Amino acid sequence: MDFERSDGPVVGPRVPTATKILIAGGFGVGKTTMVGAVSETKPLRTEEVLSEKGVPVDDIAGVEQKTTTTVAMDFGRITISDDLVLYLFGTPGQDRFWFVWDELALGALGAIVLADTRRLADCFPSVDYFERHGTPFIVAVNSFEGARRYDIVEVRAALDLDPNVPVMLCDARQRQSSKEVLIALLEHARRQPSRNRRPEPVQ
Amino acid sequence: MTLPPDESAQELWVDDEAGPIVRPYALTRGRTRPTKGSLLDLISLVVTVRSPAEYDVGIGPEQHKVVSLCRRPLSVAEVAAYLNLPIGTVRVLLGDLLDRQLVQVREPRPPTDLPDDSIFKAVINGLRAL
Repeated sequence: MDFERSDGPVVGPRVPTATKILIAGGFGVGKTTMVGAVSETKPLRTEEVLSEKGVPVDDIAGVEQKTTTTVAMDFGRITISDDLVLYLFGTPGQDRFWFVWDELALGALGAIVLADTRRLADCFPSVDYFERHGTPFIVAVNSFEGARRYDIVEVRAALDLDPNVPVMLCDARQRQSSKEVLIALLEHARRQPSRNRRPEPVQ
Repeated sequence: MTLPPDESAQELWVDDEAGPIVRPYALTRGRTRPTKGSLLDLISLVVTVRSPAEYDVGIGPEQHKVVSLCRRPLSVAEVAAYLNLPIGTVRVLLGDLLDRQLVQVREPRPPTDLPDDSIFKAVINGLRAL
């Protein structure tokens, strides 16, 4: 019998399991605001330092000496019960760092794509990503003050969404509104037969 | 063909030479991969099993912080955020703590498993109760 390498701890504290939801969308659309609105702590930030090798699509022309890239992710936590913790991850910038998205999306319950009607095209890459990877998602239109109130039908048409993908209005600053978005996503995701299948490799 | 340098020799060199420089690679004594924590997901939950004892030599101040922080379960991402260290560095530090059974880790559900409907129900009910 090996004292140092027994199989598993003899006595261990009870450890909950964790699950996650992604919040995606263009720059400045309110991802971190939404994380903060429902998280039990202020949004936390973590960084992953990646070698140049891991950044295949990064255009490093002119900065050839830069050999690492830092990807920052904002996230929050909601303790659901003694057994379950939910993490909300704001996805890092679109168009690069897709491999970080792959890590985040793997095993996620689903994703919220935040849209700003003034810059609707900014969320196209997120919609495209989740459609391609079979990650259940909904679109939440963040209603900024002064922004034109789009009809949900217009947003759906502009994004060319599958008819079963829910689109809703929200205010990412409001806890109640953000909660409703999360619940709508989960109600949608649990109805998906193909949920959380393995992502296809990125082309 | 050259063989990779002897791991223990490399580790010793970095450890001795790094001195007080607190760069992430110094905290991990030059290592970029954890000994057994390679499966550590961003949302793997870490919880302290016991406090480091006198015989736990080689446990650094950051690792003491981890042991202290994880008295309540924290994800790898949270540990990294609270320590203000990159995820990769934290994975290495946690690998050491796992080796010594100072912490225990609960991995999330494997991504190949479909989430049980009970998880959806539990999260929905939990959110409604907030």
